[in-house]
Amino acid sequence: MGSKRQFRIWRGDETGGDLKDYTVEVNEGEVVLDIIHRLQATEAPDLACRWNCKAGKCGSCSMEINGKPRLGCMTRMSTFEESETVTVTPLRTFPVIRDLVTDVSFNYEKARETPAFAPPADVAPGDYRMQQVDVERSQEFRKCIECFLCQNVCHVIRDHEENKPAFSGPRFFIRAAELDMHPLDTRTDRKEYAQAEMGLGYCNITKCCTEVCPEHIKITDNGIIPMKERAVDRRYDPLVRLGSKIFRRGETPQNSVTSARAAGPATPSTSAGFHSHAGGSHDSRAEAQAQSGVNWHREVPHPTAPAVDERGKLPLTELTFDRAAAPSPFGDDVSFPLPPEHLNFAHPEQDKH
Amino acid sequence: MTSTATRPRGARARAAIAAKTLRTDRWWFAPLITVVGLTAWVAYATVRVYLHNWYWVEDFHYLTPFYSPCITDRCVEGAAHFGRILPDWWIIPEAAFTLPFLLLFRLTCYYYRKAYYRSFWLSPPACAVPDGHQTYSGETRFPLLGQNLHRYFFYAAVIISLINSWDAVLAFHSPKGFGFGLGNLILIGNVVMLWAYTISCHSCRHIIGGRLKHFSKHPLRYRAWTFVSWLNVRHMQLAWITLGTLALTDFYVMAVAADWIPDLRFIN
Ligand code: SF4
Ligand code: SF4
Ligand code: FES
Ligand code: FES
Repeated sequence: MGSKRQFRIWRGDETGGDLKDYTVEVNEGEVVLDIIHRLQATEAPDLACRWNCKAGKCGSCSMEINGKPRLGCMTRMSTFEESETVTVTPLRTFPVIRDLVTDVSFNYEKARETPAFAPPADVAPGDYRMQQVDVERSQEFRKCIECFLCQNVCHVIRDHEENKPAFSGPRFFIRAAELDMHPLDTRTDRKEYAQAEMGLGYCNITKCCTEVCPEHIKITDNGIIPMKERAVDRRYDPLVRLGSKIFRRGETPQNSVTSARAAGPATPSTSAGFHSHAGGSHDSRAEAQAQSGVNWHREVPHPTAPAVDERGKLPLTELTFDRAAAPSPFGDDVSFPLPPEHLNFAHPEQDKH
Repeated sequence: MTSTATRPRGARARAAIAAKTLRTDRWWFAPLITVVGLTAWVAYATVRVYLHNWYWVEDFHYLTPFYSPCITDRCVEGAAHFGRILPDWWIIPEAAFTLPFLLLFRLTCYYYRKAYYRSFWLSPPACAVPDGHQTYSGETRFPLLGQNLHRYFFYAAVIISLINSWDAVLAFHSPKGFGFGLGNLILIGNVVMLWAYTISCHSCRHIIGGRLKHFSKHPLRYRAWTFVSWLNVRHMQLAWITLGTLALTDFYVMAVAADWIPDLRFIN
């Protein structure tokens, strides 16, 4: 049977807010997110909260419950005493939008700065082969649901806002570790990158990220500490450095990521001269096939640049953008339907007519 | 259709939550017992090291790990397995070659770092409890950058563990020939635990196999890595257990050497 329980929920937005008291019915088997939903259905229809799956798999319902970063949908009401007041607040480390909803763009920016998987150039997608033992360590990190609880709890940025530009956070340290341990990744300087650009040295391995991870990823033991040790190999271990000099291992690699960013933040795409498939595959075979039907020599007007923000990047969310709906990667100056002369696809028979 | 609307302000504000932490559990308990435990141990060890006495049981050849290897002029004949190299100035501990390395090994240990950063330095005292400091640069600068030297202290600790093992073996050979008593059991137990702690080190885990990209090409190192990983999960427990066994071993040797208690002998 249901019982009445006390709740304190932070209500407000960036201009200020406060903890508000609520008395809500709680039934057996319910989780904190259920109670938030009941409040929305009854007393507080305008209570803002982000959620999706209610199964601990989408990472949307991150909040702080009695001061601890938790998933609302995975925190059972049975873990609290009947008489206990449950306090629910938004994530502290990120700017608040309203009530329990925060703007987590910080994490998407850091994700975009993290160098992507770099498979060997001569292996086509679909031909990747690897042994289970080799890829096992990376797989642990693939469990991440991007709830950003670890990012939120990490005192490096939680208590020191000024460290945000220099520090990528635990979620991206395990991303770096995942790729560095990946049997098919060819980048060799991920450790240097993690240290120089991601702020690995800021982490003092106090393990709060591991404590809050709802996927129980051993972030510190299996991700951060191995990355620190790998950085030591490269930077502080004279024996290993001597070894790599002698055996010519680990020479400054062609596909190095460190230098790319040292050139400064990416500037707005002034490279009007070429058409880039940003993020798309550049597999030569695939393109060769696609070319039957495409006449690459047609004079095609260059696409206009998409609307970017002051740092030259596509805005991450509609919230931080000045237009309704997501920005168009074709540029917002394009009218639809596209005029036929702006298409670079041409029917092979077309020119015959 | 270019829009001229103004963009939203760059930096939004965090939620204005007045309380520094809203945790309701006893989050202060773990840092508190860490401070109490580590302080008590360091106090005991310091006193013992500067007693310069009761470290060697002549009858059964027990040598406490705090005085091993004994290398000052003060060392009694039987205990000085490695010669008497240093003068007997009181400030020099008997084990002047090993103690500094053991100290640095534990000081740079990933577990102890977590423990003292949280408890002594309050950075942070507990998860989601604010850092006790205004600014923070982590381990990016001197002196904390030096934590990266941990693996060298690990190498030193392996050598020291070998010496401690040798001491434990020698203790079976007392002046009357082979002997076996409770002290031997304690010495052996201590050495086993020291090895477990040393091998479970994160640097060891890295060196033994963690640094490889393709485990499939190094099956033996993979097996070794799997074993070290199994121990590594227990690194915190081993860190505290070895503090306990070290103090216990030392205390037992002191008590027997000072004739407070007799050693319980099983053979000879
Ligand atoms: S272990 Fe490092 S990354 Fe994780 S919360 Fe602590 S300081 Fe942050
Ligand atoms: S590592 Fe864990 S805590 Fe961090 S974002 Fe992923 S699932 Fe969440
Ligand atoms: S709603 Fe998806 S993780 Fe909670
Ligand atoms: S001894 Fe603790 S990590 Fe090396």
